Amino acid sequence: MSFVNSAANALEIRALEKHFDRPAVDGLDLIVRAGEFYALLGPNGAGKTTSLRMVAGLLQPDRGEISVFGHDALTQPLEAKRITAWVPDEPMIYDRLTPLEYLEFVAGLWGMDAAQAQAKSAELLEWLQLAAHEHERCGGFSKGMRQKVALAGALVHDPRLIILDEPLTGLDAASARLVKDVLLDRVRDGATVIMTTHILEVAERMAERIGVISQGRLVAEGTLTELRLRAGRGEGSLEEVFLDIVAGEGAPAVRGKADAA
Amino acid sequence: MSNPATLSWFAAHEIRLSWRDFMGMMTGGRPGRERRVLIFVLIAAAALHLVAWGIIAPALRDGDASMADRLLMTAAMMILPSSLMVSQAMESVTRVFYARSDLDLIFSAPVNTPRVFAVRIGGVALSTTMLSLLLAAPAVNILALLDSPAWLAAYPVALALGVIATCIALALTMTLFATLGAKRTRLIAQIVAALVGAVFIIGIQLVAIASMGTISRLALFQSDGLRQSLPDEASWVWTAPKAAMGDPASFVVLMTATALLAIACVTFFSGRFAATIINAAGVSEAREGGRRRERNFRQYSIASALRAKEWRLLARDQWLISQTLMQVFYLVPPAFMLWQGFGNGGVVPTVVIPVLVMACGQLAGGLAWLAISGEDAPQLVATAPVHPASVIRAKIEAVLSVIACLAAPILLALAWMDWWLALAAAAGIVLAACSATAIQLWFRSQAKRSNFRRRQTSSRVATFAEAFSSILWAGFAGLLAHQSGHIVTVGALALAVLLLSRVLRPPNEAAFA
Repeated sequence: MSFVNSAANALEIRALEKHFDRPAVDGLDLIVRAGEFYALLGPNGAGKTTSLRMVAGLLQPDRGEISVFGHDALTQPLEAKRITAWVPDEPMIYDRLTPLEYLEFVAGLWGMDAAQAQAKSAELLEWLQLAAHEHERCGGFSKGMRQKVALAGALVHDPRLIILDEPLTGLDAASARLVKDVLLDRVRDGATVIMTTHILEVAERMAERIGVISQGRLVAEGTLTELRLRAGRGEGSLEEVFLDIVAGEGAPAVRGKADAA
Repeated sequence: MSNPATLSWFAAHEIRLSWRDFMGMMTGGRPGRERRVLIFVLIAAAALHLVAWGIIAPALRDGDASMADRLLMTAAMMILPSSLMVSQAMESVTRVFYARSDLDLIFSAPVNTPRVFAVRIGGVALSTTMLSLLLAAPAVNILALLDSPAWLAAYPVALALGVIATCIALALTMTLFATLGAKRTRLIAQIVAALVGAVFIIGIQLVAIASMGTISRLALFQSDGLRQSLPDEASWVWTAPKAAMGDPASFVVLMTATALLAIACVTFFSGRFAATIINAAGVSEAREGGRRRERNFRQYSIASALRAKEWRLLARDQWLISQTLMQVFYLVPPAFMLWQGFGNGGVVPTVVIPVLVMACGQLAGGLAWLAISGEDAPQLVATAPVHPASVIRAKIEAVLSVIACLAAPILLALAWMDWWLALAAAAGIVLAACSATAIQLWFRSQAKRSNFRRRQTSSRVATFAEAFSSILWAGFAGLLAHQSGHIVTVGALALAVLLLSRVLRPPNEAAFA
């Protein structure tokens, strides 16, 4: 994989390393193209969240390079952050703020125009079915509502790159559907979405390309069809393909055509 | 091991949880520090005993005090902490009702819930007693050693006072629930607890200031006027002091009365425990706000967005408000002294300015913890396109502006009296508030805002450094007001505390953001 640091790619990661008591990310190379819906899969402790936390600027890598739309995330973090949104698995919101106040705060952090932010907030809250609760404090909200508030916060500043870590965990079917629709809609509008998930059906249905991380390295990448071929299966669900790939961990990395190009 | 779901089984469970909680608090949650904690506790206990010896031994040597005097002083020593015990118990009882930690488990289990809460209320009485004994035990031990072993009766008497304080607190809290409802009780109970703790002590101080010109609480109990107006030694009024001094008849009366009160209290209220808990749970689940207040978004700069968020969260923090109110209450006596001492410059630099500076330093430390460490959405702020230094600067500005608003009225009153005194106080406040904030910055560790009550557990060094720097800057301001040359020494000591804190600060792992 060549590291071109190109603005045409939403995210370029090269030789990324992070060690805690053991290597958490061990020479990760990854390219996500602009406008793509990319799913990052891997078993527990594979290094998915650590990698994405480094992209979001929440962790300092030991080694490696990260570029977000051509901005070096390590030397120009503010430029990278300005166009990125990060949604963790546990919604990061304030119990004593209402959704509207939360969105007003996020808009302030991203330096948005107040009128534009207000219009965008109203639209998002309506879309995420939170408008009826916009003046209630978030402290009493369910997990699903909190996740939707966090998602509204991530989207209010119109990020070009949206990174989500297990965004559907704990959501009911209706909320999960809503979140998926919102994300697909953003991709249609030109945004790039990178999402980690353990719900393989979601990755199978939504992602254009899928990356599989194991032991801190990318061990497989491509469309579902490409992954099936690499796993030696003509057909089968992503779950079967994923289990085959992870079971064959330690073998040479299996990659899709797209990456090879 | 007792049978499951019995009173003793629940008690053993609660004791185990409390012990682990206590050890976690003492060790800061770090394993392997038990030995160091034990050594620290032994040294602190020895130091407190030495202090008690230094105060009690000369009094016993010199004094040929009459029984009436001894009873009065013992009563004084018991009354002052008792109001704080009621306050502490009320705070704890409220927490028992509103804490949601294991209540779902308990309510879903086929157990007798009044029994569980009776044990929890017993736990409150015990912890309230233990807190008072932390300070009282050295005095009791020294009295038992130098005067009479009969003073050891003060230990069970302290427990009795803890039980009585808890019964009063329980009655007050349940009355608030019945009259105000579960939603309002949480805030009101915290304010009442702060008031109960402060009002009695402040009242005595105010009377002492008005009648004797001193802020000393004990001075009132030593006054001839009070002695002459009190009943004679045989009166039932002296039952508790007599019991503490080892009088067998009074001891039996006090213990029996306390046991009867506790039984009556638990019997009367236990049937309502479950309903109260369920109502309180409803409040926790309920959504606050909801009033439609249409307004346009304000155009914020990044710094002003952060400041506005901090102010909004501080203003909505009910527990913080009650604690701040408590600190404001304790400023009433010095403010009264200020008013009384109008034209008499002596009392202001000695009492008013140091108390004001210390209160502001302590408050700044608490607010700085909330703003810097108690950030509930750290990842949101860290992923925003803002330089981390700008975030910290905005948070510090938010904290210091709150302190400035609170101190401004008293500073203005001082300036009206003497501009130099106002300047000295302002200098002390700025130094104390900035020092406390700097210490919180150096020792910051990410925590949930709701952990504010236990912020001291994350770093003992930070806790002591914050207290010492506030005390030293308070002394510095007082000396500055006196225009004393000793300010150099005290100022140097305060700076040394800051320097030492900076040296001892932990490596900042969270700096990258």
